[in-house]
Amino acid sequence: MKVDEKYEKFASEHAAKSPLGKDCFFAFTVGGFICVLGQAFSDIYTLLGVNEETVKALVPVSLIFLSVLLTGIGVFDKIAKFAGAGTLVPITGFANAVAAPAIDNKAEGYVMGLGAKIFIIAGPVIMYGILASVIYGGIYYIAGLIPI
Amino acid sequence: MEKILVYLSVFIVGGILCTIAQILIDKTKLTPARVLVSYVVGGVILTAMGIYGPIVDFAKAGATVPLTGFGYSLARGVEKAIDENGAIGILTGGFTATSAGIAAALVFAFVAALIFRSKPK
Amino acid sequence: MIQKISVLKAPNHGIPYIGYTQYTRFFSEMNPQVPQRRHESNTFTATEQYGDKMLIEIKNETRIFSFAAVGGKAEKNGPLGYAFDYTDESERFSQKTWESAEGSMQKIALSMALGKRNMTEKDIGVLLAGDLMNQCTASCYGLLSFDIPFVGLFGACSTAAEGLALSAIICDQSGSVCAAVTSSHFCSAERQFRFPLEYGGQRTPTSQRTATASGAFITGRTNEGVRIKSVMFGRSVDSKIKDINNMGAAMAPAAADTMLRFFSESGMKPGDFDLIATGDLGAEGYSITKLIMEQNGYDMGEVYDDCGLRLYDRKRQDMHSGASGCGCSASVACTSILPDMLSGKLGRVLFIGTGALMSPTSLQQGEPIASVAHLVYLEG
Repeated sequence: MKVDEKYEKFASEHAAKSPLGKDCFFAFTVGGFICVLGQAFSDIYTLLGVNEETVKALVPVSLIFLSVLLTGIGVFDKIAKFAGAGTLVPITGFANAVAAPAIDNKAEGYVMGLGAKIFIIAGPVIMYGILASVIYGGIYYIAGLIPI
Repeated sequence: MEKILVYLSVFIVGGILCTIAQILIDKTKLTPARVLVSYVVGGVILTAMGIYGPIVDFAKAGATVPLTGFGYSLARGVEKAIDENGAIGILTGGFTATSAGIAAALVFAFVAALIFRSKPK
Repeated sequence: MIQKISVLKAPNHGIPYIGYTQYTRFFSEMNPQVPQRRHESNTFTATEQYGDKMLIEIKNETRIFSFAAVGGKAEKNGPLGYAFDYTDESERFSQKTWESAEGSMQKIALSMALGKRNMTEKDIGVLLAGDLMNQCTASCYGLLSFDIPFVGLFGACSTAAEGLALSAIICDQSGSVCAAVTSSHFCSAERQFRFPLEYGGQRTPTSQRTATASGAFITGRTNEGVRIKSVMFGRSVDSKIKDINNMGAAMAPAAADTMLRFFSESGMKPGDFDLIATGDLGAEGYSITKLIMEQNGYDMGEVYDDCGLRLYDRKRQDMHSGASGCGCSASVACTSILPDMLSGKLGRVLFIGTGALMSPTSLQQGEPIASVAHLVYLEG
C-alpha cells in the first residue's frame, strides 16, 4: 500500500527538532577545547626542542592516541553524545571512526573483520581526501609548467 | 599576553569550524560521514584557493586540528612533493603529508582492538 | 472443511479492507488501474469460515497460557524492570559475541516460559521465532537446542504480534501447542543497522533505542490464560520515509492502516477496549498515529498507548523517542499487558506489532522504509 506523497513532508515537519542552541554550544566549546589541547601539545613539543616538521606530525598523533584510548575504554562515545560535531570534526573524530570498527569487528576475525571493517567510516574521508589532493596536484603541476 | 591571544584564536576558530558542522548535521539531511568528507575536500579546495593558509597562520591548531586541516595538509603535501620531485608528487604528496596520522590511527586502533572489547551502551 | 476460494478481488468490489476510501489525507487510493486479469488467477487455499475477510477469527478457545521476558541493563532500570523474569546487566548472557548473546536471550526466555508450566520442549508442536538480524540468526542459532519444528519469522519489530497471530491460527487449526519467541539486542542491531558500538555519534530526538529484550509466548487450546479472539495481518506500507532515525513516522501509517481495517471490519471502536497498544512507534509515531486515526473519525482517547513508551523512562534514561525492536513489544506484553490481563485489570486489549522492514542496503539505494503492522485481539 502506498502513502500519500505529502506524508514525508508532514513527518519531517512533525518530527521533534534537535536542540540546535544546546548542540552548537557543546560543539563550539568541546571542539574549541580539543584545538586548544592540540596547540598546547604543539607548544610543549616545541619547548622540548623538537623540530618544527616533527611537531606538525606529533600533534595529530598525540590527539589520535588520546581518542583511541578513550574509545577503547568506552568514554569517547559518552563525550560525543553531547559534543556532537565538537568531537567529530577535529582529528579525534577520525581516530574514533578508525578505532570503533576495529574493536567492534574483531569478533569476525583479524582479516575480514578488523582488517576490512576498520575503514568502514574513515575510508571515505581518506578516499575523497586523496582524490581531491591528486586533482589539485594535477592542476598545480600543470600551472607550474606554464612560464609566467 | 600574546600566548593568551593565540590560544583564544585557536579556541574560537576551532569552535566555529565545529559549530558549522553541527548546524549542517542538525539542519540539513547531511549525515556525519558526508560532513567529514565535505570538510576534508573543502580543506583541499580552500587551501588551493589560498584561503585556508592565512587561517592556519592566524589560528594555528584551531585550523589544523579540525578535518579541514587534514585537507590543508593534503594540499600542502602535494605542492611540496611536486616542487621537490616533479610530476610523481601528484600521487605521493597527499599520503606522504598525512602518513603519520593515518598510520598512527591504524596502529593504535589495532592495539586497542587487541586490548579492549566493545561494551553495551 | 477446506475449499479453494478467491481472496484477492478487483479493487472496485469486495475489497476486504473497506476502510480505505476514508483515508483522506495520507493514504492515496489504491491504484484503480490494476488490470483485473492479474487477480483472477490469484487464489489460495483458506478455510471456509475465514471467507474473504481479513479479520481472522480464532474459533476454538486459544489462549496464551505461559510467557516470559528477558532483558538487559536499560530494561532492568526502566519502569517495567521489576517484572522481567531474567535480566543480565552485562547484556552478554554468557556469550562471546552480541549475536550469540541475543540467541541466548531467546533460549532463556523460552526455557523460562516452559518452566513456568512444568513443560518440556516435547510439549510444543511448532516453534515460531524471529528477530531483526540477517537470516534471523538469533532465532535459528539460539533455539538450536530445542528439538522441535522451527518456523523462522521476519516482520522486523512486528514479529511478536506476527508470531502470536500465527501461533493462534495453528493452535486453532491443529490443536497443538505453539511457542512464539522473539528478541532484539541493542548491540547486535546497532552493529547491523547503524554504527560500531564505540563510535561517537549523536542521536536525533526522533531516534529510538533498540531494546535488549526477548519474549516467549506459549499458546494452546486451554481455558487458562489470555484468550486470542482474532488476528489481522497488516499490509506492507511504503511509508515514503527515508530517515533511519525516524522509524516511528515510518511505521505510523502501517499501524493506522491495520487499526482502521480492524475497526471497519469488526464494527468495534476504540472505546470498546481497555487498552490499544502499538508495538514500538515511540513518541513520534504514537502522536502521528493518533492524528491519522482522528482524521479518519476514531478518537483513540485514553485507551491508546505504545509499548515503546512504556519500556523506558524516556527522560531519566535519555531514550529520545522511546524503545524499538522485536523485543520491545514482546517484553512489554510479557511484563505489563499480559500480567494485567491475568489479574483482571485489563479486559479487552488490541496488541498491534509494528515493524519497519528496514534494510540498510535498500536505504542507501534510495528506497524508502516499508512498514507493516499485525494485530492481535486479546481478551482476559
